[in-house]
Amino acid sequence: MSTRLATGGRLIDRSARRRFTFDGRAHEGYAGDTLASALLAGGHTLLGRSFKYHRPRGLVASGAEEPNALVGLGAGARFEPNQRATTTELFDGLQAVSQNAWPSLDWDVGVVNNAFARFLPAGFYYKMFMHPRPLWKHLFEPFIRRSAGLGRAPSERDADRYEHFYAFCDVLVVGGGIAGLQAALAAGRAGARVILLEQTAHWGGRSPVDGVRIDGGPAEAWINAAVQELDGMENVTLRPRTMGAGVYDHGYVLGYERVGDHDPAAEVPRHRLWRIRAARLITATGALERPLSFAGNDVPGVMLASAVRDYVVNWAVSPGDRTVVVTNNDDAYRTALALKSAGLEVPAILDARPRAEGELPEMARAHGIRVETGKGVAKVRGGRHVTAVGVCAQAGEGAVLEEIACDAVAMSGGWSPVVHLWSHCGGKLEWDAAQALFRPDPDRAPTGHDGHPFVATAGAASGALQADRAMADADENMKNVLQGIGRKSPSRKPPKVESAEEAPLAPVWQMPQGAGPALRAKMWLDYQNDVKVSDVRLAAQEGYESVEHTKRYTTLGMATDQGKLSNINGLATLSQALHEEIPQVGTTTFRPPYTPISMAAIAGEARGPVFQPLRRTPMHEWHEANGADWEPVGQWRRPYCYRRAGESRRDAVHREVRNTRNALGLLDASTLGKIMVSGPDAERFIDMLYTGKMSTLKPGKCRYGLMCDENGFLMDDGVCARLDERSFLCHTTSGGAERIHGWMEDWLQCEWWDWQVHVVNLTEQFAQVAVVGPNARNLLERLGGIDVSKETLPFMAWTEGTLGGFRARVFRISFSGELSFEIAVPASEGRAFWERLVEAGEGFGAMPYGTEALHVMRAEKGFIMIGDETDGTIIPQDLGLDWAISKKKEDFLGKRGMERVNMTSPDRWKLVGLETLDGSVLPDGAHAPAEGLNANGQRNTQGRVTSTYYSPTLGRGIAMALVHRGPERMGETIAFNVPGRTPVKAKIVEPVFYDPKGERQNV
Amino acid sequence: MARKRYSVFAVAREALRGHTGWPRAWASPEPRARYEAIIIGAGGHGLATAYYLGKNFGITDVAVLEKGWLGGGNTGRNTTIIRSNYLQDPSAAIYEKARSLYETLSQELNYNIMFSPRGVIMLAQTEHEVRGYTRTAHANALQGVATEFIGPQRVKELCPIISLDGPRYPVLGGLWQSRAGTARHDAVAWGYARACSDMGMHIIQKCEVTGIRSEGGRVTGVTTTRGDIGCDKLGVVVAGHSGRLAEMAGFRLPIESIGLQALVSEPVKPCMDVVVMANTVHGYMSQSDKGEMVIGGGADGFNNYTQRGSFHNIEQTVRALVETFPMISRLKMLRQWGGVVDMTGDRSPIISKTPLEGCYINCGWGTGGFKAIPGSGWGMAELMARGHSPLTEAFGMERFREGRFIDESVAAGVAH
Repeated sequence: MSTRLATGGRLIDRSARRRFTFDGRAHEGYAGDTLASALLAGGHTLLGRSFKYHRPRGLVASGAEEPNALVGLGAGARFEPNQRATTTELFDGLQAVSQNAWPSLDWDVGVVNNAFARFLPAGFYYKMFMHPRPLWKHLFEPFIRRSAGLGRAPSERDADRYEHFYAFCDVLVVGGGIAGLQAALAAGRAGARVILLEQTAHWGGRSPVDGVRIDGGPAEAWINAAVQELDGMENVTLRPRTMGAGVYDHGYVLGYERVGDHDPAAEVPRHRLWRIRAARLITATGALERPLSFAGNDVPGVMLASAVRDYVVNWAVSPGDRTVVVTNNDDAYRTALALKSAGLEVPAILDARPRAEGELPEMARAHGIRVETGKGVAKVRGGRHVTAVGVCAQAGEGAVLEEIACDAVAMSGGWSPVVHLWSHCGGKLEWDAAQALFRPDPDRAPTGHDGHPFVATAGAASGALQADRAMADADENMKNVLQGIGRKSPSRKPPKVESAEEAPLAPVWQMPQGAGPALRAKMWLDYQNDVKVSDVRLAAQEGYESVEHTKRYTTLGMATDQGKLSNINGLATLSQALHEEIPQVGTTTFRPPYTPISMAAIAGEARGPVFQPLRRTPMHEWHEANGADWEPVGQWRRPYCYRRAGESRRDAVHREVRNTRNALGLLDASTLGKIMVSGPDAERFIDMLYTGKMSTLKPGKCRYGLMCDENGFLMDDGVCARLDERSFLCHTTSGGAERIHGWMEDWLQCEWWDWQVHVVNLTEQFAQVAVVGPNARNLLERLGGIDVSKETLPFMAWTEGTLGGFRARVFRISFSGELSFEIAVPASEGRAFWERLVEAGEGFGAMPYGTEALHVMRAEKGFIMIGDETDGTIIPQDLGLDWAISKKKEDFLGKRGMERVNMTSPDRWKLVGLETLDGSVLPDGAHAPAEGLNANGQRNTQGRVTSTYYSPTLGRGIAMALVHRGPERMGETIAFNVPGRTPVKAKIVEPVFYDPKGERQNV
Repeated sequence: MARKRYSVFAVAREALRGHTGWPRAWASPEPRARYEAIIIGAGGHGLATAYYLGKNFGITDVAVLEKGWLGGGNTGRNTTIIRSNYLQDPSAAIYEKARSLYETLSQELNYNIMFSPRGVIMLAQTEHEVRGYTRTAHANALQGVATEFIGPQRVKELCPIISLDGPRYPVLGGLWQSRAGTARHDAVAWGYARACSDMGMHIIQKCEVTGIRSEGGRVTGVTTTRGDIGCDKLGVVVAGHSGRLAEMAGFRLPIESIGLQALVSEPVKPCMDVVVMANTVHGYMSQSDKGEMVIGGGADGFNNYTQRGSFHNIEQTVRALVETFPMISRLKMLRQWGGVVDMTGDRSPIISKTPLEGCYINCGWGTGGFKAIPGSGWGMAELMARGHSPLTEAFGMERFREGRFIDESVAAGVAH
């Protein structure tokens, strides 16, 4: 029975009690406990259920590698599934619930899967559930989905806050054990900017638990001194509770800081994502112990030897009263000694090696512990908890020599360096046969932008498992790193570390060696996903020989622990099944993050209204206060219309159109792209960008222009104004401003880098208002200051001056067909200018109008809209815009593209207008079928609607469309398909529906 | 190798004898000196090509050469979405062919590829997108692809975890294809491989092609790390490395190779039955049978072969999805990964003859090739066997010279 020991526990504070609940029942622990240690202290050895067979699961580990003890934490808007109990610090009021069990953890009906386990081997689902076909969707799959999954999904919007930090450093050290501390000390003393991350709340790693002595004293003393020294250095940043999560190209490293998880009451962000750019990264990430593969190694009570030691030493928790230790190495003897000195029984140490005569085994014997060499576990007895182990010869087939009653088993199959961060960005591994582990190959390190290695390792992460070697390794590797970044390392000897000398391990991938199928079907590799030795062997038998195939076929290492305990054992099992060497089999790919990180931390502060930048025009608040019905346009918000009391959207749009056509409309056109192009080569540049010839434009004049991509496809349009000899102001579409600016820079920086042209995106520097309608000139004249008469400021001219006291540029251009001026004023004066126009316009019937009225009016005039008439496949000729393409210019972007055979084909679909015979409005995007089917059995088509509106001006539906040889078919009637309804007939007409001669705008 | 039929009865029988009787799913033969046809690349598209060469044209003297392990490229790295709601006729034809073949592929291959027609919604979050998807729905109706434009309430019914209101981009509706869905990606490659092997074809893994041999402008074979192998016809189906193979064959391709990323969350109990794609905010998500939320990220802005990618793409995608599905905020990212996608100028594939006679190429599936595998294999096999195929006709590489693009970018958004 697991329980709290009367004394000891280096991390707990017995004076500070912490209350929490597990599955609704009240429990108590101490400050410094993890949820795992507190539950274990409370006698909880059953903490979860496995994924596939719903087998009972208890703690195996004590840290980030734990695969079993996953719980749901918190409630409501703070509920989080799949949280590891081993990395959850206990706090007062913590609420935890078990998961993947129904109706309860103790009585889980899902365990029926376990009874059928022999029918559910690796990949069973690929071989069945195929007949009858509909049952997959309606029966089998829903059943599988319900029994799969782990925790319950949260259902509410997250109540917590998250943030991002950015940092730069010379040396980033990940891991705060003695190797990491030593590395950070060396770098810090050399004056480098250092960041040291440690994923737990404590410094020093395993050394204090393992009884390591440094500089003649206990490790803890040296650790405290080291942390104190580092803390005192201005060039060093220490971050506990921060995990090195991922490594990316060019020294970009993610840190995941759990700021508030252990103290939800604090007013801090829950998580903080660190984005660190490091010149050098040192992974001092230690090593993880491997389980042994024997039958029943998944029964609750069977734990890693190091974890047993951790619970005893760190938290004063005994996993059991009688613990059998089973090992293939010396290190696990430390666990036996720790248990013994805590007053607990160790009935036997089963050592698979033929001999065990090192310092630690001798100490164990000296403490009176029975040591059996050449022995292993044949099988573990017990269902929900260990009751005994059957002992067998490791060299045999599993005949039980004796049974030893016990309530816990501490196992150790050796150690594997944590190589994840090393591997994320391309670091390669080498197989160390003597220690039976993969370790980073320093000759094949990840390289940075300069081709030099940017990651190094320190300590156990390098494969230097013994504490004294780990310290020496950290010291030496750090010297090289400092040299690499031009820092002189202080000539100081590394601290003297005393650690028991360990004899080599003997690799044991299966216990016993000759175990048959019955035992192999009970040897777990992946505890969470229920992958056994027999499954990996089945995969090999069926030809899933690549380690990636085996992984994917069996789901080995695909659980939430990503195979931290199972990968090496799994691939060793595979290599045995294939009769290949382990390095030939290789590993699967290590991918970020090291352990799962919250989506919320990745999103950071960018959530809710600020999840993307919100762009507002200077008049935004006025619109808001005056009934704006907003429409997102890229990152902008634009009024779709301004609704008055009792008005529908449609009513409002029609009112705005009619008012603009009959009196005066005001449009906030500030979102319109405004890009200034200037310099000695501006003419040449602008002539390459636009299809038309712009260089002939005189200062003071404007011209409509088209921009195409290299393929000749129309990408943007707008009015270009010549400001002076060397400068042009290019108006782009609202959505196109950034793209076109980037497009210009792309050409200037990559292709025409020797042209003397300067491009500035002035979109947000100016507020712009379109003053539109028969009364437009009257309004401007009332403001006064600029002569806007027909003679002085004719159509397609612009001027600047002071208008009503505002510095302004007035462009005489029109997108509505009405008399229209677009007036740009400095953005800071935009709101005041707008209000002035509204106020002065009252007598002229001025009303603001929104984007929809804008669209309706441009469609009435047959003006194209980028994104409606174009979709990235349309050339200007398709839209009857041949007039805007220069025939004289030698070259412009898209010219060559337009000359290709398919572009010049007479069979292209071209722009026309449509009038429905019944006056109705055609549906958006409706297609006109043609006779017959194509070679693939699809209906042939002859046209499609690109824009369609009810025209309040004309009192009927109007549409623009692209129709096969459209302009040649004026007057013809074609039918448009409307699913579920009779086709709508429409007559092909000119696309200009209103004022075709342009008399209204030229007044 | 005698094929052992997979069924619940076979599983039960084997269970009683410890599963010792399962044969290899596919053989592991030594390469012969020559084959009638060689396919380079044992991904989904390559294996499907081989399968339909055998099934539809009786050509079984076929080797599929793979430099790594079969299904190890983008077939095993994608987000498993299958849909055919494309805008342009040639795209709709090949994707719908693929989708309809997927419907019965488990039964045909006797390998459960877990095609699950759970339905795909492409969200419309701006007026512009509403118009765009309405247009696609109209086009699909005439192409024989069953889609419909649905309103926000129906979106919410189909996917209760979605946030309709924004705050930034309210859901205005969506394009819904109810017979679209997902499948188990690895199983597609494995199922085809098993069926090909069963027809006597050779799937040769760990066999990298290092050169393409020809005589008088006609392909004669390949040079590999396992020796020279002759052939009459050669199909190059290697996705991200197409440019390198084309170089060996002596021609150039209008292809760029770019890293594309994806990620999954830890598994949770079922909370999302449909696939949702949100192109305005750039993200899409579905829930796998295992319970993981499967999320597609964006493509890098620079060309590379690293199969990794930059973190900012992940960040952008996750941000968009936390906004769209607020409940994922407290889920955790379990794993992110990357693949190399081969992108053409119009974002549509190339399935084509090449300047080297007898050599055919199938590439350029960009960010969305998984969904096309059966249709792509079907068409490519017909092209190789007969010299032409209605399904692939529009996808010839000469289209770039002719300006005959099949541009889906307007309808498909960024990644799919």
